Amino acid sequence: MKITQISIFLENRKGRLYDVCSLLGDNGINIRALTIAETENFGVLRIVTSDAEKAVKALKENGFAANITDVVIVEVEDRPGGLAKVLKTLNDNKINIEYMHAFMTKHGDNSYMVFRFDDPDSAIKVLKENKINIIDGNKISEI
Amino acid sequence: MSNKVNKVKVNYFNEKKETLSRKELEKLQLTRLRESVDRALKIDFYKKRLNDIGVKSGNDIEKLSDINKIPFTTKDDLRSSYPKGLIAVNHDKIIRLHTSSGTTGTPTVIYHTKKDVDNWSTLVARCMVAAGATKKDVFQNMTGYGLFTGGLGMHYGAEKVGMTVIPTGSGNTRRQLTLMQAFKTTIVHATPSYMLHVFEKMSEFGFSLNDFSLKRAFLGAEPYTENTRKKLEELFKIDVYNSYGLSEMSGPGVSFECVYKDGMHTWEDAFIMQIIDPATGKEMPDGEEGEIVFTTLMREATPILRYRTRDRAFVYKGECQCKRTHRRLSRIVGRTDDMLIVNGVNIFPSQVESVIMKYPEVGTNYLIHLNKKGSLDNLTVKVEIYSKLFKGELSQLDNLKKKLTDEIHSSIIVKPIVELHEPGSLPVSEGKAVRVIDERKEL
Repeated sequence: MKITQISIFLENRKGRLYDVCSLLGDNGINIRALTIAETENFGVLRIVTSDAEKAVKALKENGFAANITDVVIVEVEDRPGGLAKVLKTLNDNKINIEYMHAFMTKHGDNSYMVFRFDDPDSAIKVLKENKINIIDGNKISEI
Repeated sequence: MSNKVNKVKVNYFNEKKETLSRKELEKLQLTRLRESVDRALKIDFYKKRLNDIGVKSGNDIEKLSDINKIPFTTKDDLRSSYPKGLIAVNHDKIIRLHTSSGTTGTPTVIYHTKKDVDNWSTLVARCMVAAGATKKDVFQNMTGYGLFTGGLGMHYGAEKVGMTVIPTGSGNTRRQLTLMQAFKTTIVHATPSYMLHVFEKMSEFGFSLNDFSLKRAFLGAEPYTENTRKKLEELFKIDVYNSYGLSEMSGPGVSFECVYKDGMHTWEDAFIMQIIDPATGKEMPDGEEGEIVFTTLMREATPILRYRTRDRAFVYKGECQCKRTHRRLSRIVGRTDDMLIVNGVNIFPSQVESVIMKYPEVGTNYLIHLNKKGSLDNLTVKVEIYSKLFKGELSQLDNLKKKLTDEIHSSIIVKPIVELHEPGSLPVSEGKAVRVIDERKEL
């Protein structure tokens, strides 16, 4: 139930985002979710792709500082309060969130959030117990 | 290179000693060299080396030129002896020690007896009086105090002259200016870059030149050109004098310009000054550039023989208009090693390297970039993030940056700016790695 997210260290240099995206494109990799955490001089680009292993290999071969992290993709009702409901469940069960960001598509009435948890295994257990859907890695291409 | 000076008053702290005939001076040097050798023989390090060349007592030194038989002492020799150091007296006689940072984190230590501190202060007093200071002056010491010998060294010398000393230490420019105005400071001690910085900040802090009573500045701890001296003299409307010293020779007080500003007089009754060819070790004649080598003649606790300073300069030929017979050293023209000076602080690239190598998260490629921020030096250390250990968290990167900054800062005293870069973005060279890019124009 854990999904592989790739984090890439990028300097605030012109064209770096383009370099990453065109590299992935050239290797037939599709980006499904993307977020950037930035500071004054550099940023960390986080992506969920259609083929994490292939993406990481391509990035490392081309000199990028890239590494993988486990994330969980949670289904969230696409209505006011939808996200708050999920967050309440997590808070009530003392699950800590490091960061989160939205997924690129929406499926029916639901949207998807990528969560990075301190303790992904406990988070998955809690979400399942509370009947909150999590996306399986194999099913990424379906959403 | 002589500056025309119209009416200058020449004062001496001790006229007799400062104008000894060369013959008398050299006779004194020989006597003191023998005493220094006798002291050095009490130190294992020197005992072995002196015995190896057949010197078992000071009397085995027959003439001054015999000094060339004595092997050189290097910074590494001083480092290897740390912390015991080279000590020729009983520890109860030590009243002060100063350490200076070493390249791999191993410092060097110089010990001082009461007499050593007093002699050191006297030499500094001589320097200050030679450059026009009198007991009527108010002296503001704007360099760091503590282990840095420039602070206490100049402080004690100024007190010996009888000046009113304001021990501000370095930094806090607004307060420096406030005190300079309030107490009508007439003489300051600083690094040339800090002096320029003070001028830049003057109007920003609401001061104008008319608020001050400055007459002279004693500047040192980093090399600067004749042009910079003239610039500072024009900006502040004062006289600027060049000062040279090193902690191994106690600190400031080794060489200093007199009112004629034509070379720095080295006190030859306290040091034997030689210029050598750094490649061969052979002594060079006056007028020719080479590496400065000093031998202490009066130091009791830590005598040092034939110390290679790694500073390059030459000795002036002929006599100075001030009539002092102690020969003059030129401005320091460079180094024989890769030492850098940043805001008056000596730094070796290898100090930065040792810190970086301890962090597996950054690669082994690094670059030290030096430039100017206004008048002050700015040091940036660029490192590359190592892919394997990159965890993808901003906090990891922030932490890493902070740890590197703190550890480098603690090692080199100067606070660096640490920049994290992508792997492969720093230049890679075919041969010897270029570790330093110094964009600072010569001061």
